[in-house]
Amino acid sequence: MTLTQSTPTQTPQLTTLDARGLKCPMPIVKTAQAIKTIASGDLLEVLTTDPGAVADFAAWSRTTGNTIVEQSVDDSVYRFVLRRK
Amino acid sequence: MNDQAEEPINLVLFSGTDDRLTAAAVLAAGGAALGRPVHIFLQYWALDAFRADTIAQRRPLAPEAGEAGAAAVEHMRAAGQQSWVETLRQAKDIGEVDIQACSLSMDLLNLSADQLDPIVDGVEGVAAFYVNAGAGQIVFI
Repeated sequence: MTLTQSTPTQTPQLTTLDARGLKCPMPIVKTAQAIKTIASGDLLEVLTTDPGAVADFAAWSRTTGNTIVEQSVDDSVYRFVLRRK
Repeated sequence: MNDQAEEPINLVLFSGTDDRLTAAAVLAAGGAALGRPVHIFLQYWALDAFRADTIAQRRPLAPEAGEAGAAAVEHMRAAGQQSWVETLRQAKDIGEVDIQACSLSMDLLNLSADQLDPIVDGVEGVAAFYVNAGAGQIVFI
C-alpha cells in the first residue's frame, strides 16, 4: 500500500486565454499574467496565432516550471494546455 | 527553475528611435514573462524619449528603416500593435523590471529626475549598473 500518493479529490479547473491575433511577445506576456490568476495544479488553455509560439511556450515552460500538458495546431492556430506549478 | 532563470537580463538603451525602443520593450517583456529580473539603463537619446511631457509622442525610425520599413511599421500600428511605452508598462506589471537613467546622460540633456516619466525608477551611474547586472547578459540597443 502506498501512503505517499493520494487521489486528487477535485478536477482541475480550466481557464481559456484567447491570444489569437496578438503579436510577439504578447501571447507569452498575457500567459504570464493569466497563470498567476489560477491555482496551482489548475489548467490554462492558450490559443495563439504567433508563429514563434511552439519555441516560446517550450522555453517559457522549461524556465518557469509550469508544464505543457497538451499541444496542438489547427489551421495556423496553436493550442497549449498549461498546468500551473 | 533552472540556474539561468536567476540571472538578470540587462538592456542598455541608447537609441531614441521608435523601432529600437519597441524592439527593446519586446525583449524586456519577454524576459519579465520568463521570470527573469530585467534591468534597463537609459543613455543618451533613449533617455530623451522618457521625458514625462513627450513620452507618448511618435518618434522617428532608425535610418535603416527606409520608406518600405516605415510603411511596414505603420501597417503594424494600424493593426493595433501597442506602443513601446505600453509594452514596458506591461513588462513592469508581470515581472521585476527596473528602469534607471544614466546620470551622465541626465547632465548631457540637462534633465532633473522630476522631468522623467514615472516609469523610470531612478538615476544611477555606470558602476551601479554593472554591479546590478551581476553575471547576466548585457545587450546594447
